[in-house]
Amino acid sequence: MGMDMKTKLRRFHQARWDEPVIFESSRKGERGILVPQAEKGIEDVVGDGISKLPRRMRRKKPPQLPELSQMQVLKHYLRLSQENLGADFNVDIGQGTCTMKYSPKVNEQFVRSPKVSALHPLQDPSTVQGILEILYKTDLFLREISGMDRFTFQPASGSQATLAMASIVKAYHASKGESEQRDEIVTTIFSHPSDAAAPAVLGYKVITIYHDESGLPDLEALKKAVSKRTAALFATNPEDTGIFNPKIDEFTKIVRQHGGLCTYDQANANGSLGLTRAREAGFDMCFFNLHKTFSSPHGCGGPGCGAMGVTQKLSEFLPVPVIRFDGKKYLLDYDVPLTIGKVRSFYGVVPAVLRAYAWIMSLGGEGLKEVARVAVLNNNYLLKKVKEIRGASAPYAEGQHRIEQVRYSWERMTQETGVTTDDVTCRMADFGMHMWSSHHPFIVPQPFTLEPTESYAKAELDEYVAALKHISDEAYTNPDIVTTAPHQSVTHRPGHANLDHPDKWGITWRAYLKKCEKGLRKRIG
Amino acid sequence: MRKLGFIVNPIAGMGGRVGLKGTDGWDIVEKAKGLGALPAASEKAAQSLSRLSHLKQDIELWTCSGEMGEAVAVKSGFVPAVVEPVSREKTTSEDTSRAARKMADGSVALVLFAGGDGTARDIQTAVGDRVPVLGIPAGVKMHSAVFSINPMLAGELAGAFLQGGTKRVTDAEVMDIDEEHYREGLVSARLYGYVKVPCGEAHVQGLKVGSPGSEQFFQEAIAQDVIENMEENLLYVIGPGTTTGTVMKKLRLDHTLLGVDLVLNKQIIEKDLNEERLCRRIRGRAARLVIAPIGGQGFLLGRGNQQVSPRTLGEIGKDNVLVLYTQQKLYSLKGRPFRVDTGDPALDRALSGPIMVITGYRTRAVYRIK
Repeated sequence: MGMDMKTKLRRFHQARWDEPVIFESSRKGERGILVPQAEKGIEDVVGDGISKLPRRMRRKKPPQLPELSQMQVLKHYLRLSQENLGADFNVDIGQGTCTMKYSPKVNEQFVRSPKVSALHPLQDPSTVQGILEILYKTDLFLREISGMDRFTFQPASGSQATLAMASIVKAYHASKGESEQRDEIVTTIFSHPSDAAAPAVLGYKVITIYHDESGLPDLEALKKAVSKRTAALFATNPEDTGIFNPKIDEFTKIVRQHGGLCTYDQANANGSLGLTRAREAGFDMCFFNLHKTFSSPHGCGGPGCGAMGVTQKLSEFLPVPVIRFDGKKYLLDYDVPLTIGKVRSFYGVVPAVLRAYAWIMSLGGEGLKEVARVAVLNNNYLLKKVKEIRGASAPYAEGQHRIEQVRYSWERMTQETGVTTDDVTCRMADFGMHMWSSHHPFIVPQPFTLEPTESYAKAELDEYVAALKHISDEAYTNPDIVTTAPHQSVTHRPGHANLDHPDKWGITWRAYLKKCEKGLRKRIG
Repeated sequence: MRKLGFIVNPIAGMGGRVGLKGTDGWDIVEKAKGLGALPAASEKAAQSLSRLSHLKQDIELWTCSGEMGEAVAVKSGFVPAVVEPVSREKTTSEDTSRAARKMADGSVALVLFAGGDGTARDIQTAVGDRVPVLGIPAGVKMHSAVFSINPMLAGELAGAFLQGGTKRVTDAEVMDIDEEHYREGLVSARLYGYVKVPCGEAHVQGLKVGSPGSEQFFQEAIAQDVIENMEENLLYVIGPGTTTGTVMKKLRLDHTLLGVDLVLNKQIIEKDLNEERLCRRIRGRAARLVIAPIGGQGFLLGRGNQQVSPRTLGEIGKDNVLVLYTQQKLYSLKGRPFRVDTGDPALDRALSGPIMVITGYRTRAVYRIK
């Protein structure tokens, strides 16, 4: 029997394999691949492959890698994958700010084609004109979308793009001899936390603007924060609350008047594609996460692309090489006089750019606008539905629409029943859905952040809301079922309280064993 | 078996519902009863205990007799050990203090109490920082930072702490307002001291940041920033509290936790000044005031730091105030602005607006005073 169509609730149960860590499955001498003996002709040239290495570089003992046959490896990882809630399985709208959307599978065919996968980054540009054309044209698309004058694809993530923007801010002020004087950056509390963290890495002091009663960044606070020491503004808009700051041009104006640059975190631009642009809002730089808005998969923190764009006056600081077109052929140009250097090897994560290119080409200009409109529509439908759930609320901007996401609150439910947002997160897993737990900064009490994007059908949004509503009903009638959840999942409440305790870490097998020896951790099993 | 101390102030909260602004003293209780007030603390304590029922077999519950704990505990299915027999019908703050002291002497893991600021004060006097305490919010006045968000969460946090799920404790202010003055419309909250409270994910918003960001870490970061920027030949007026105290500790200077000290060129020049004395010392001299909001309500001035009067502020100047507050604590205000209550409405108005706050090493926030 399938899902109950009346309640829209699934009787889900996660696969549970009780799978050991791969190191524990290791059997001495077992092999997945038997490497063939080198042919004589090869051996004559390279010898045994080891004795030519300097003596001190050679390992005394072989590395302690797990030893397994191919089939055991395959089974191990398939089992682990079944213990996950993958983006292609669940209604993945519970990861607000992440812009989880459908990544068209045909794009995977493109990136897996040998025409792409067999390319080498050191090939002569004359032999890779096709992929250079794709990089160049994606740059042109993003210029149109943002109003910036040139893009680089080198940063592999949003935070790396933020760091690259901060590096350009530094180089720009240094070129004017003001690097020492301008040592402060300004950001807002509901901007992405990396907007504060990345400039801090470069030694900047960080001033954070809080919001006023409406939930918008406080303009008076900005006036207090800026001075001749201001290097730049780092801001997200709409902010993580899903509220768009309509005075953003006033913010950028004030910062510019004080000699600062304005940088725009558009990692998530899903609600503004084709509708608003960085240039018109007065920004000097921006970046898009191609693995969010432009449908390239997130890859669990793996290679993405923070495509960063700058205005003309800052293009001489871009990382090298930049891709140019001389009317006939595409070139890798390393002659950028004040370049900040490289932020990542070669040209960035090319498959991520290729997927974004394909996605943009398949939609066209009008299609991109439609993406934003549907994302906003979905979000405001969800907002109405969630606000009808007992104990849930959407702090700030009462009665107004939001852009692409909303940071909601279970505060009332927590006060009335003691059931927290963490409990709801755990219980959602029992319905095969995900409501994640990262809502920094934790100003909104008992927060949850939902972002439905354009991909999800109305029926799926209804299913998600039905699960939330059901859990709220449970919280008010039978809270124990929520506070002891999950009941149909794999992992039971790992607990975060000691996550930052060094004795509790075991992020490598070796570290884990060491800590076990010292008695700092219990052995598995 | 771990021991949990459990104290109920049976009359806590009674004054609030009938508009009496507190319940310090039995004459007020009688008056409250006359106005139709019902005891509510026991009910709240029971809500809290319901979240501990799964630990019945694993913990020893130490409590006082009758309405001060035993009755609620038995009703909730516990078999408590009565360590403090209270025979009188009208219990007093001495009963609370005596019970808390016995619990601390008996090495309870935690003292869980239902009450308000007055109860918190009695317990602080008795146990100081010997054992952690946690407040079930049941009082009229709750300026102290020892209370959980609601009774249920207090129970859950206590449970997590007893089971070792969370081991961290943090310093929390114990404050109280003079009720007599309060009823006359005058608020003068004093900082009475600090106790240790357990930190929990549900109790302290934002704990789950996954960084090494304990409160103490950020206090030290703030202190480092303040010290690096200290100017020579400038008087520094160091206000009360643990955040400002960390600055003094880093300077290896003695700090008056509940008072105001005066520092010049990183040396103490006078300790624990009263308003009069402070005003005289800074008159006509360049000075900076280093303060942190006190208590859980975000009061920057007028609660726990009354030495800093309108007169003193006038001498120092608004632009010479250094406000220290960790991000964690800013988050816990949930967006509510800082408040000031200097006793001079015109000055309060002049102080309102955005102010720079030092939140860490080389980090600032601009936050609103209202």
